[in-house]
Amino acid sequence: MIEGGVWRRWVFFRIPLALFLIFLLFPFYWMVITTFRPDNELYIAWQRPTYTPFWTWHPTLDHIRFLFRETAFATWLWNTMFISICSTIISLICGVLAGYALSRLNFPFAGGLGTTIFITYLVPQTLLFIPLSEIIRNYNLGDTPWALILTYPTFLIPFCTWLMMGYFKAIPKELEECARIDGASRWKAMLYIVIPVAVPGILSAGIFAFTLSWNEFIYALVFLSSPQQKTVPVGVVSELIRGDVFFWGALMAGALLGSIPVAIAYSFFVEHYVSGLTGSVKG
Amino acid sequence: MANVSIREVHKRYDDFHAVKGVSLDIRDQEFLVLVGPSGCGKTTTLRMVAGLESITEGQILIGDTVVNELPPMDRDIAMVFQNYALYPHMSVYDNMAFGLKMRKFQKPEIRKRVEQAADILGISDHLKRKPRQLSGGQRQRVALGRAIVRNPQVFLFDEPLSNLDAKLRVQMRVEIKKLHQRLATTSIYVTHDQVEAMTLGDRVVVMKDGLIQQVGEPLELYNHPANKYVAGFIGSPAMNFADVKITSAGDRLVAENGAMRIAVPDAMRQRLAPHAGKPATLGIRPEDLRMANGSDPAETTFEAVVEVAEQLGSEVILDLSAGNSTMVASVEPTVRVKPQEKIRLAVNPAGLRFFDAASEAAI
Repeated sequence: MIEGGVWRRWVFFRIPLALFLIFLLFPFYWMVITTFRPDNELYIAWQRPTYTPFWTWHPTLDHIRFLFRETAFATWLWNTMFISICSTIISLICGVLAGYALSRLNFPFAGGLGTTIFITYLVPQTLLFIPLSEIIRNYNLGDTPWALILTYPTFLIPFCTWLMMGYFKAIPKELEECARIDGASRWKAMLYIVIPVAVPGILSAGIFAFTLSWNEFIYALVFLSSPQQKTVPVGVVSELIRGDVFFWGALMAGALLGSIPVAIAYSFFVEHYVSGLTGSVKG
Repeated sequence: MANVSIREVHKRYDDFHAVKGVSLDIRDQEFLVLVGPSGCGKTTTLRMVAGLESITEGQILIGDTVVNELPPMDRDIAMVFQNYALYPHMSVYDNMAFGLKMRKFQKPEIRKRVEQAADILGISDHLKRKPRQLSGGQRQRVALGRAIVRNPQVFLFDEPLSNLDAKLRVQMRVEIKKLHQRLATTSIYVTHDQVEAMTLGDRVVVMKDGLIQQVGEPLELYNHPANKYVAGFIGSPAMNFADVKITSAGDRLVAENGAMRIAVPDAMRQRLAPHAGKPATLGIRPEDLRMANGSDPAETTFEAVVEVAEQLGSEVILDLSAGNSTMVASVEPTVRVKPQEKIRLAVNPAGLRFFDAASEAAI
C-alpha cells in the first residue's frame, strides 16, 4: 500500500485509478447509451441546447427490436455460439492432450515440437486466410459453419496447447507417479488425477479460446458470404453499415448483445479463471 | 512380503552415469536405508525399484520375479514421496482408497482397510478433509496411510521427512519405525540425513557418485567405516581428519604431523605396519576426544587452540585448530574454556581410525 498522508493516497492511487477506469469503461458506456437512445436524439447537431450526449431522457428498445426484426441477428448469435462452442471443444481436447504429451512424455524432439507449435500461433491470420480459403474451397466448405469450426483451431490449438503445457508442468509429477504405483495406468492416471487437478487451467484455456473465436473477424468475413451464415462481428458490420450509412443505434445494440455472452462466460468462470492464472496446486 | 534383489544395476542418462553398478539384497521384512549426498544415485535406484525409471543395465527382482519390464502398478509396491503427492482434489478418505479402487476392491473392504489404517495413524477424524486443510505432519500420515492400505510387498520411501520441521521430523521418524515394527513390510528408505539412516535402518547403504561405499548395520558403519567418505558421513558432529605420517619409533608406530604425535595402539600395529613411512589420514570422532589430565601419557595427547566453544548443556562442542587441521571435540559439559585458549586434548586410543592417503580406504 501507499504510505503517508491521506492526500498521497488520493494523488497517487485513487485519482489515477479513477481516470484509468473512466478511460477503460467509457467505450462500453457509450455503447450502452447509444443502444437505448432514440434516433431523433442520435442524429441532432451537437450545438443544439437540448443535446445531452451522456444520457438520454427517452430510452427506447427500438434498435434492439430493429436488430431482431429487420436483420438475422438471432441467427448470427446462434451461428456464433455454435461455431465458438464447437471450435473451443475441438481445440480443448487437442490442446489438453497435446499439452500433456509435450510436458510429460519424454519423446525425442518434444521441446522442439512445442516451440514449433507456438510458432504456428505467431503466423498472422491475415496471411493464413489466403491458403486456408483455398483449402476451404477445395473441400466445398465455403459458406458453412464448418469453414470456421475447422479453421479456428489453427490458432486455438497452439494457444490451448501452450497454455496447458505450462499448466501441466506446474503439477508435481509425483502425483501421477503415485497414481501409477497405486495401480492406475498412464491413461487412468491422466484421467483421474492430472486432468481433475488441471481443471482451472482447462477452464482458462476454454474461456480464452471461446472469446477468441467469438470475436474472430477475418476468417468469418472471408469464408462466409450469405447473411444467414454470418457470425455476430461480421453480420453487424456488413449488414448495418450500408455504404456510408451507419445504423449507429442498431450497431451498438448488436455490439452490446454480442458482448454479453462473453461477459457471462467470464463472470461465470471467474473464480476458476483467476485461480487458473495464478496456479492453484500446492503440496 | 518379499525380498528385493538389485543386481549390477546401472542407470545412464544421455550424458550422465547416475548409478554405476549397484548390487543389493534386501531381506524379507528388512528396513534398508539408502543414504548419501544429493546426486549420489540413491533416489534413482529407488525409482528403478518402483518402476518410475527404466533400468539401463542389470536386474531387479521383487520376490522371485524379475520386474525390469513390469509397469509400477504391477510391482505390488507402495511409495511415499517427499512432497507427499496427495491428490489435491480428493478427500483424505479418497486419497487412501484410490489404490484399492484402482485394484477393484469391494466397497466394504475398502472402507474397512482405510478406517483401520487411519486408526493406526491417528487421522480418523480427518477422513473427510481435503489435503490442503491438513498440516505437514498430517499430510505425511495420509501419505503413509495410502501406502499401508494396500498391504504391498515392499514400501519405498523417498525422503519422506525432508519437508517437515525438525521437531516433527523426529516424531514421524519414531512413527515410521513403530509402523515397520508392527507391519514388518520390507522397506527401502532414501534419505540424505545420516541420523535418520542410523535410527531407522536395520542396515544402511552409504552411496556416493552412483556407487555403494559401504553396506552394514548402523553401528558397523559407525565403528568400522570402510573408507574416509563413510567415516566422515556417518556421525554427528563429523569425524575429524588429520594428514599424518606413520613412522616407526623403536618397536612402536606413531602417527605424527607438525601438531601431534600419537602412538598407534597395539591392536592396530599389525595392520599399519606395511604403511610405515607413508602418509595416511588419521580419523578421530569428536566424542573420542576429551580434555587431558596429568595422568594421560604424552603419546595420546596433543595441543590445540580453541576457536569457538558451543555450550549445548549436555556437552560442549569445541572448534579447535591443531597445526594445519581444524578439529571438533565433544567434551564434558563442565569444561569452561575461552577462545584462543591453548588446551591439551587426550584421544581414546580405541577410537583411532586410519585411512590410506591415496585410496582413502580404511587401513
